[in-house]
Amino acid sequence: MSDAVVSNSDKQGAQPTHAAHGWFSRALDSDLFYSFRRSKLTMVAAAITVLFFLLAIFASVLAVQNPFDPAQLQLINSRISPLWTADGQSPFLLGTDEQGRDVLSAILYGMRISLAVGVAGVIFAGALGIALGLIAGYFGGAVDSVIMRIADVQLTFPAILIALLVNGIAKSILGNRLDATSMLAVLVISIGLSFWVGYARTVRSSVMVEKNKDYVAAAQLIGLPAPKIMLRHVLPNTMGPILVIATINLALAIITEATLSFLGVGLPDTMPSLGTLIRIGNNYLFAGEWWIVAFPGLALAALILSINLLGDWLRDALNPKLR
Amino acid sequence: MTEPVLSVRDLHVEFASRRGTLRAIDGVSFDIAKGEVLGVVGESGAGKSVTGLSVIGLIDPPGRIAGGEIHLAGLRIDNLPPEEMRRIRGKRIGMIFQDPLTSLNPLYRVGDQIVETIRTHLNLSETAARRRAIDLLAEVGIPAPEKRIDGYPHEFSGGMRQRVVIALAICAEPELIIADEPTTALDVSVQAQIISLIKRLGRDHGTAVMLVTHDMGVIAETSDRVAVMYAGRIAEIGPVQDVVKNPLHPYAKGLMGAIPTLAGEDKRLVQIPGSMPRLSAIPRGCSFNPRCAFAFDRCRVERPEPLPRGAQSVACHLYDNLPAESAA
Amino acid sequence: MLAFTLRRAVQAIGVMFAVGIIAFSMFRFAGDPVNQIVSIDTSAAERAIVRKSLGLDDPVPVQFVRYFADAAQFKFGVSYQFRQPVSALLSERMPATLELAICATVFAMVFGILMGVYSALKRDTVLAKLFQAISLIGISLPTFLIGILLIYLFAVTLGWLPSFGRGEVVKLGWWTTGLLTLSGLKALIMPSITLGLFQMTLIMRLVRAEMLEVLRTDYIRFARARGLTTRAIHFGHALKNTLIPVITVAGLQFGSVIAFSIITETVFQWPGMGLLFVQAVQNVDIPIMAAYLLMVSLIFVTINLVVDILYTVVDPRLRSTVGRAA
Ligand SMILES: Nc1ncnc2c1ncn2[C@@H]1O[C@H](COP(=O)(O)OP(=O)(O)O)[C@@H](O)[C@H]1O
Ligand code: SF4
Ligand SMILES: [Mg+2]
Repeated sequence: MSDAVVSNSDKQGAQPTHAAHGWFSRALDSDLFYSFRRSKLTMVAAAITVLFFLLAIFASVLAVQNPFDPAQLQLINSRISPLWTADGQSPFLLGTDEQGRDVLSAILYGMRISLAVGVAGVIFAGALGIALGLIAGYFGGAVDSVIMRIADVQLTFPAILIALLVNGIAKSILGNRLDATSMLAVLVISIGLSFWVGYARTVRSSVMVEKNKDYVAAAQLIGLPAPKIMLRHVLPNTMGPILVIATINLALAIITEATLSFLGVGLPDTMPSLGTLIRIGNNYLFAGEWWIVAFPGLALAALILSINLLGDWLRDALNPKLR
Repeated sequence: MTEPVLSVRDLHVEFASRRGTLRAIDGVSFDIAKGEVLGVVGESGAGKSVTGLSVIGLIDPPGRIAGGEIHLAGLRIDNLPPEEMRRIRGKRIGMIFQDPLTSLNPLYRVGDQIVETIRTHLNLSETAARRRAIDLLAEVGIPAPEKRIDGYPHEFSGGMRQRVVIALAICAEPELIIADEPTTALDVSVQAQIISLIKRLGRDHGTAVMLVTHDMGVIAETSDRVAVMYAGRIAEIGPVQDVVKNPLHPYAKGLMGAIPTLAGEDKRLVQIPGSMPRLSAIPRGCSFNPRCAFAFDRCRVERPEPLPRGAQSVACHLYDNLPAESAA
Repeated sequence: MLAFTLRRAVQAIGVMFAVGIIAFSMFRFAGDPVNQIVSIDTSAAERAIVRKSLGLDDPVPVQFVRYFADAAQFKFGVSYQFRQPVSALLSERMPATLELAICATVFAMVFGILMGVYSALKRDTVLAKLFQAISLIGISLPTFLIGILLIYLFAVTLGWLPSFGRGEVVKLGWWTTGLLTLSGLKALIMPSITLGLFQMTLIMRLVRAEMLEVLRTDYIRFARARGLTTRAIHFGHALKNTLIPVITVAGLQFGSVIAFSIITETVFQWPGMGLLFVQAVQNVDIPIMAAYLLMVSLIFVTINLVVDILYTVVDPRLRSTVGRAA
C-alpha cells in the first residue's frame, strides 16, 4: 500500500521538495514547528533546559554567596533547613549544608560545572567521532575496518566503565600533578572517549553513500579535491542525526559526569558539580538533613529529563519514519 | 436472479491524515454472484486493496468506512461488531494477500497455522483438524502433504507457500475469496499455476472470487466480469469479453492496449501518459481528465456517474448523451 | 554454520587480545609497579632487585606473554591497596556481583516484558502512558539517584529494608549466597531494583517497539484475515515473534548489568567486584583495574559469542523469511 503513496507523490511534485536544501530548511519546515508547538511537554522541556543554562551562566550573579569561597561560609549557618520549614532562615531558600554553604548557590554553581563538562564532553566526542567517521568512510579498507572494529568493541562496553578506566589510567599517569583543571580535562576526555561511536557511524555511512555519487567523480575530474566537496555535502546531510545524537549525548554526558563525581573519581570536593553535591549530601540523609541531597538530585533529574525530552522530540521530528 | 454473494453499494473509505481527510474509495458499487470471478484492475493506488480490506473488515484507523453498505449473502457486514466480523473472516470470507513469503508466521509450523485456523472456525478435534489440514494441502497441490504439514514456512518455495496461504483461505469453505494480487510476488513460472488453482477451487466449491491483479492476461483468462478502478472509483465494469474486446472508458481503452502478448514482459499497466493523482490532489470533475485524450469542458467541472451501456457500466461523460446502441 | 562460529570465535579472541594489551599496558606503564611495592626510602639497589624479581627488566613482549599466561590462569598480581592477590579478592567478591546481576536481570525481564506488552496492546490507555512516563524517568534518573531515593524511602523513612550490605550470607563451597536467608533476601531487593530499573525500561521500550512492529507485519494481518481471535493473535503469534529478539538483547545486556553494578554496589556498599573496582580507581590500584577489565571483558565476549551462536541455531528460518521480506 505504501508504494502507491510514494510513487504518486514522487511523480506529482505538486508539493515543493525539500531534499536539496539539507537539514536546515528541513528543520525550519513547518512540520518541525508544528510538532514542537503541538507538544506542550516539549515546550516545557525546552523552557526548563534554557532556564537551567541561564541559571548556570549567571550563577555568580544570582547566588547569595560563592559556595567555593571559604571566606563566605560561616559555621553558624550550617545545617539550616529550607526556608519554608520551621527552622528555615533567610536568605537560604533551600537550606545549607554542614559547612554553612547555601544549597541553592551550590546548585547554581554545580549546574554550571555539570553543564560545562557535559557540553565540552559532547563537543569533544562529536569532533572525534565526526573526524573518525569521515576518515573511515573516505579511506575505507583497512583504516575503516580498524576504526569500526574499535567502535563495535567499545559499544559493547557501557560508557561509564570506559570513563572510569580512562579516568583511572589518566590519574595513574599524571600521579600527583593532578589539580582541579587537569581533573576537569581528564573528565571531559573520559566522557568524550566514551561517546564518539554514534557520530562516527552516522558520518561514515553518509560518506559511503556520497562517495559513489556522480558529483564526486565530476568534481575530481575538474580537479577539485573530493574530500572537500564531500564535506560540503556530507555534513549538511548528517547535521540532523548528529543534532539528535548530540542532544541525547548531552544528557548521557551529564549523567556520566554526575556518576563519576558521585563515585568519588570526578571533580574534587572544592569544585563540586551536581554529582559531587549529591555524594556529599548523601552522607547526611540518615541524619534527617534530606535537603542537602534532595535539591541537587531534583535539579539533576529535571535537567536530564528535559534534555532527554528535547532529544526524543528532535529525533521524532527529524525522522518521521520512526513515528 | 438469486442474491449475489457479495454486494457493495456506494462504498466510501477515508483516511484521516494530518493534512486532512483523504478519500481513498469514493462511491464504489459492484456485485459478485455465486461461482463468479470478478477481476479488479487498475494502477497502483487506485483503491483495489482498500476495497478488498473493506469487505473483510480490516480497514484500521486512521482509515474508516465513511459510507455505503456491504452485504454478504444478504447480511450487512460493514457495521457488524468486531467480534461478529471476526467470526466471518476466515470462515465465510477467505483472503489471500500479495506476498506469500510474509503471510505466514515464520515461527510456527505450517500445519499448526492451518489447524489453528480450522479449529477457530469449525468444531473439530485436534486430530480431525489435522486430517483436514492434510486434505487441504493435498487439494491445493502440495506433494506429500502428510510430511510437509510439519514443515516451517521457510522450507517451502514461494509458489508452495502461496498454496499454503490458499489452503488457509479456504479451510472453512468460505463463500467468498478475496485474492489481492496473489501472484505479483511470485516467479512468472508459477503464476499461471496459482491462478488456475484459484479458478479451479472457485469452480469446484461454487465460491465467489474477487481477484485483484495487475495482469490483464490473467483477467482475460480467469474472470467472468472485470472492474477497472481509477482513483478510488470504478471507471468501467462489465463482462470480461465486452470490457476486454470493447472497452468504453478512455482509461480502460488505454489499459486494454497494454495487454501483454503471451510472451510479454511488461505487465505493468502504465501505457497511458501521466500518472494517477494523489488522494490529496484529485482534480475536479472527472479524476481522469488531465490524462484523457477525449476530455472536454464538462469533464473538468462535473463528475461522471456510472452509466449502463449494455452489460457494461461506464463512468464517462462521452456516453451521457449518446443513445445506448451507438456507444463507442 | 561452522565457519560462522569459527569466525565469531576468532573475533572474540581478537577482542580479548586487544583488551589484554590495554590491561597489560595499564599494568606495566601506567605507574611503576616497583614504587607501589617498596617504600620511599628504599635504596636504588634494592629497587633494582625488586624490579628484576618482578621481571620488569625483560623485553616488553616477554613481559606481555608472561602477563597473558598468568592472566589465563587467573593470576593478576597483587593489589597495591590490600597487599593480597587480586584473584583472591575478585573471586571472594564475584558471587555478590553475580547474584545481584541475576536478580536485577530477572526483575528487569519480568516487569519489562509485562509493561512492554501492555503498552503495545493498549497504546492509548492511561496505564500505558504512565508506563511510558516511567520509562522516560527510568532512563533520565541516574542510577545512583534512584538508589538514594529508595534508601531514603525504604531504609531511612520506613525502615523496612537494610540500606547497605548483603545481610547474612551462607557459604556453599567457595560461593556465598544471600538467597537462603531472610536478611540476605531483604538486602537484595533495593539493589536489584536499582540496578534493574534501567534494563527494565530498555526492555519495556524494546518490547513495545518490537511488538508494534510485529503487529504491523503481513503475517499478523493475514492472521486477522483468517479470523483468529485477538487473544490468539496477540499472545500466540505476536508475542512469540516479539520475544525472540528481546531475549537476545536482554542476554547481551547481562554484561552491561555487571558493569553497571559498579554504581549500585557503591550506593549500597554491596561487597562485590564493582565496589572493589571503584575503590581501585579511587586509589589508583592498577592490578585490580586491569584484572577487572579482563574479567568483565571475558564475560562480555563469552555472552556475545554464546548469543551469536544460539542465534544462528534459531536463525536459518528467521533469515530465510525476514531476510527476503526486507
Ligand atoms: N493506511 C493508509 N493510510 C493512508 N492512506 C492509505 C492507507 N492505505 C491506503 N491508502 C491510500 O489509499 C489509496 C488506495 O490504496 P490501495 O487500495 O492500496 O491501492 P491499490 O489499488 O494499489 O491496491 C492509495 O492512494 C493509498 O495512498
Ligand atoms: S469523463 Fe471526460 S475526462 Fe473523464 S474519461 Fe470521460 S472523456 Fe475523459
Ligand atoms: Mg494493492
